[in-house]
Amino acid sequence: MTTPGEFYQRDRTLHPPAHTPGYKTSVARSPRYSMISLQNSVGEITGPVFGHNDIDAGDNDLIFNYAKPGESAIGERIILHGRVLDENGRPVPNTLVEIWQANAGGRYRHKKDTYLAPIDPNFGGCGRTLTDENGYYFFRTIKPGAYPWRNYVNSWRPAHIHLSVFGSGFVQRLITQLYFEGDPFLPICPIIQTIPDPEAVDQLIARLDLNATIPLDSVAYKFDVVLRGRRSTLFENRLEGN
Amino acid sequence: MAQNLNYLRETASQTAGPYVHIGLAPGAAGFDIYKQELGWDIAGPNAAGERIRVEGRVIDGMGAPIKDVLLEVWQANAAGNYAHPEGGSPVEDGFRGWGRVITDFDTGEWGFDTVKPGKTRGRNVGTQAPHLNLWIVARGINIGLNTRMYFSDEAEANATDPVLNLIEWENRRATLIAARSERDGTPVYRFDIRLQGEDETVFFDV
Repeated sequence: MTTPGEFYQRDRTLHPPAHTPGYKTSVARSPRYSMISLQNSVGEITGPVFGHNDIDAGDNDLIFNYAKPGESAIGERIILHGRVLDENGRPVPNTLVEIWQANAGGRYRHKKDTYLAPIDPNFGGCGRTLTDENGYYFFRTIKPGAYPWRNYVNSWRPAHIHLSVFGSGFVQRLITQLYFEGDPFLPICPIIQTIPDPEAVDQLIARLDLNATIPLDSVAYKFDVVLRGRRSTLFENRLEGN
Repeated sequence: MAQNLNYLRETASQTAGPYVHIGLAPGAAGFDIYKQELGWDIAGPNAAGERIRVEGRVIDGMGAPIKDVLLEVWQANAAGNYAHPEGGSPVEDGFRGWGRVITDFDTGEWGFDTVKPGKTRGRNVGTQAPHLNLWIVARGINIGLNTRMYFSDEAEANATDPVLNLIEWENRRATLIAARSERDGTPVYRFDIRLQGEDETVFFDV
């Protein structure tokens, strides 16, 4: 009989480091001392549990979840679907996935966004869902537009959707961004360039999924999220340590 | 060539960006969309223990408070149990022990109400001093920062806490201890988080 142990050590070589001068805002917001390495205890292997009482069934349909009755969000209709897995390839069931994004013109519905592209009155720009027992999730939304930002004078973000995922333990907590294959801004984005590992970048780019595309209706993109895996406790009977 | 281990690789982190509120706290972004936003009620109405308030700022390397931070807290109840199947004994009905809070757009102040957690079990033996687990994301933070907040009125437990004692530089342990005061009869703990500088907060690679 094995019981789940702690989570695998996070592979920091695939994540962006804190201090990435090409992304200017990171310079003053990056810790400089080494992090203290901490083995997991109860507060790390556990995390919040969510259920269907926490959300509404329509929360995952961004075309309609903020639209007036009989209207819908403007833009290229897409389905975003995939699985949340762990590093062992096991599904992560019943976990909360939250997304947010700009509208089709690249404008965010946020009191601090002043970009000149108009707000879409029928588009809020956020959605949430729980993965099913197989770790599967899906959203319907519109493809976001590119968005200008003040890193360099002429910096544009590629079309992207922000994702927040929980997992079962608080140390699996992850926020990332999903990109779309073929976007010409991908190779020149300072935020993507914070990631040192080219394969880790590829893993953030959703691919057109023609099989899941609904003919004459919506284009589908597939995007799997991988969270940290957990070790099995083999031959362990430690009494020392913390 | 040896066999392939066939592990998947964790998805890389990207910054939460300046508009994290749209996804995780849409009311703060300026619109009302969900039946209920998640994370505003950490302890629920039935939790035992001392009701407390926790407040602070997140301060950047220029000494300025960051005004677009989102923090999440994960904590045990007053008996030291987490609301999770592996978290110990069952917790009070309505106690989730998880919360989410944003900083004020003008002042950078954040704050939440909860109950003071109890001691939790140690990794193998003993106990850990009462603490909150915190996770911090913002524009300019490429991967969420993990830290812990301990309580100034738990000096005895803090002195033997296995995690605080892992920190080789004793003066840095103080960066994790929130000072207790009282306002209108409610205990208030002050916890400023400094991202850089001589008094940089201790962050953990968990």
